[in-house]
Amino acid sequence: MRAVLLRFAGAIPTLFGVVLVTFLLTRVLPGDTATYFAGPTASAESIAQIRTSLGLDRPLPEQFWRYLKDLSHGDLGMSLTTGQPVKTELINRLPASAELTLSGLLLAIGIAVPLGVLAAVRQGSLIDHACRVVTTAGVSLPVFFTGLVLVYVFYFLLGWMPAPLGRLDAFASPPPQRSGFYLLDTLLAGDIETFRAAAAQIVLPAATLALFALAPIARITRASMLAVLGSEFIRTARASGLSGPTVVITYALRNALLPVVTVLGMVFSFLLGANVLVEKVFAWPGIGSYAVEALIASDYAPVQGFVLTMAILYVLLNLAIDLVNRAIDPRARRGA
Amino acid sequence: MSAVLRVEDLSVAFHTRGGTVHALDRVGFTVGAGETMALVGESGSGKSVTAYAIMGLLEAAGRITGGRALLGETDLLATDLSRIRGRRVAMIFQNPRAALNPIRAVGRQIADVLLRHGGATSGNARARAIEALRAVGIPDPARRANAYPFELSGGMCQRVMIAIAVAARPELLIADEPTTGLDVTTQAVVMDLIQAMAVQTGMATILITHDLALAAERAQRIAVMHAGHVVEAADTATLLTRPLHPYTARLIAATPTAAGSLDALQSVPGGLPDLRGSTIPPCRYAARCERRLPACDGPLVTRSAGDHAVACANPLEAVA
Repeated sequence: MRAVLLRFAGAIPTLFGVVLVTFLLTRVLPGDTATYFAGPTASAESIAQIRTSLGLDRPLPEQFWRYLKDLSHGDLGMSLTTGQPVKTELINRLPASAELTLSGLLLAIGIAVPLGVLAAVRQGSLIDHACRVVTTAGVSLPVFFTGLVLVYVFYFLLGWMPAPLGRLDAFASPPPQRSGFYLLDTLLAGDIETFRAAAAQIVLPAATLALFALAPIARITRASMLAVLGSEFIRTARASGLSGPTVVITYALRNALLPVVTVLGMVFSFLLGANVLVEKVFAWPGIGSYAVEALIASDYAPVQGFVLTMAILYVLLNLAIDLVNRAIDPRARRGA
Repeated sequence: MSAVLRVEDLSVAFHTRGGTVHALDRVGFTVGAGETMALVGESGSGKSVTAYAIMGLLEAAGRITGGRALLGETDLLATDLSRIRGRRVAMIFQNPRAALNPIRAVGRQIADVLLRHGGATSGNARARAIEALRAVGIPDPARRANAYPFELSGGMCQRVMIAIAVAARPELLIADEPTTGLDVTTQAVVMDLIQAMAVQTGMATILITHDLALAAERAQRIAVMHAGHVVEAADTATLLTRPLHPYTARLIAATPTAAGSLDALQSVPGGLPDLRGSTIPPCRYAARCERRLPACDGPLVTRSAGDHAVACANPLEAVA
C-alpha cells in the first residue's frame, strides 16, 4: 500500500511536466484561436475583441497561472468549437475510447499469448511460421490502412458488418449508463439485442487495434517462453516427471509472463496513440477523435485536457503493471 | 548383487551445424541396489550427457543412436518416461538455486511432485511437503515452505532439490555435480544428506563429478569417462590403488591428497579429441597417451577381470 502511494507521489512531477509542455506546445502551434473562432468574415477588431475576452492577449506566464488555478479546481476549460466544458466532454467520451482500446488489447492478448506459447513449444512448426507471418504483418501495416481494408472487405464487399459509424447503429438506443462500456452495460441491462448491435460495431475497430498490438505481444511471448523453456528449473520440472501442462503452464508460462506484462504496458500506450486514427476511420465518438478535431481548430483546452487525461491513464497503467508484476513475481514483492 | 540400472552400449550423437558429434560411444556400466556409483571425468567427457540420455532429457539436437538402459526390466531408452521420471528415477543438479522455479514457493514445488507421484491429495500435500523439508534437515520447515528460492542459501536450495528428488522414493537417484558451487562445509553436509537418504530409502545413486577425491570418498564403485567412452570401471579401492587405464592413472596423479605436496600434482597432457565426423580414432585417448602402441589403432576392446573393466590395448597391468 505504501509503495502504491509512493508511486503516485512520484508521478506528480511527471504530470506537472506534461501540463507545462502541453500548454507551451499548444501555444507555439501555428493557427490562431481567435481568428478561427471569429470566422472567416470577421473584422480585425472583432478578432482582437475575442482575443481579449479569451485572455489570449495576456503574457504566457499569466495564462499558464490561470490555467493551473482552474486545473486545481478540476476545471479543464471550455471547448470553443462545441461550447461545452472540456471535462464533461472527456468524461462522456472516455468510456468509448477505453472500451475500444481495452477490447483491442484483450483480443490481442487472447490471440497473441497462446500463439506465442505454441510457437515456442513447437518451434519450427507450422504454427511457429504462422506466428512469424502474423507478427510481421502486424508491425508493417499502419492502423488506418488495416482499418480501411477491414471496412472495405467486411462492410463494403461482404456486407457482414454494419457501417463504420460509431458505437451503435441509428436504430439502437444506448443502454442505461453504468460503466459507460456499451458491451458491459447492455449485458447488465439484459438487453441482448443492443449488446449484439454494440458488439457488431466494435468488432472491426477492435480487430484493427488488435492486429497492431498482436505483433509485439506474440513476439515477446515466444522469445520469453523459449528462454524459460531452456532454463534449468524447467529441466528440473521435467526430471521430476511433472505433467506436460504443469511444466508448460504453471512453471514456464508464469515465468515467461513477467516480460510480457512489462511489454503490455508499452503496447497499451501505443494503442492509446493508434486509437486516435482508428476512431477517425470508424467515426468512433471517443476522446481521440475529439482531440484531433480540437487540434485542427486550434482549440487549446480540449487538446490540453486530452493530453493530461492520457498522461494520467499512462501513470495508472504503469502502476497497474507494477502491481501485476508484484502479484506474479515474489522477488519484486520482497525487493521493494 | 542385483543391478538397479544396467546401461549397455549407450551411444548418443548430436546433430550440429558443424557436423555430427558422437558424444557417447557404447557406454556401459551397472549400478547395484543401494550402491553409490561415481561417473568421473573431465568436462566434456560425456558424464552429464549419459545422465540426460537415461532421463530422456537430451536437448532436441541429441539423438540416442543405440544401446539400452535397463532399470529393472524397463528399458528407459525405449519407454515413455513421463511416469518413470521423478517416480523411479530422480535427478538433482548443480547450481540448485537456478534449478528451482524462482517464482514458486519451495513447499509448493515439493507438493507438485508429491501430488504427481507421491499419492498426496490437495488436502495433505502441504503438510507432506513440510514433512519432506523436515526430513532433509531444513530448520523451521513450516515457515521455509513459503520461502522462494532467492530467499534460501545454495545449500538450503540443494536440500530442497533433494527433497523433491526423493519425494516419490525412487529406485535410482542421479546426482549431477550436486556440490559444485557450494562451499566446502556445505558440500560435505549435502553429500552426507544424499547418502543418508539413500540408506533410508534403499535407493541407488549415480554420483556425477569431475572430482575424483569426492568420488573416492563417497562411492563404492567408480566408472571413469573420457571423451564419450567409459575407459575403466572398478570398485573404488581397486581403481585407486591398481588403475589399469593410463588415463585413470593420470587422473589419480592429478588429484590432490592430504598427504601429498602440491608440487607432486601433475596435469593430464593434451585435450579431448574432436568428436565430429567419422574419423574419430578408435581409442579416443590415444592422442594423449604415452603408452600408445600400433595396436591402439585397432578396434577398441573392453576387457574385464572380475568387475574390473578397462578399455585399453596396453593397460598398466595385464588383464587376464
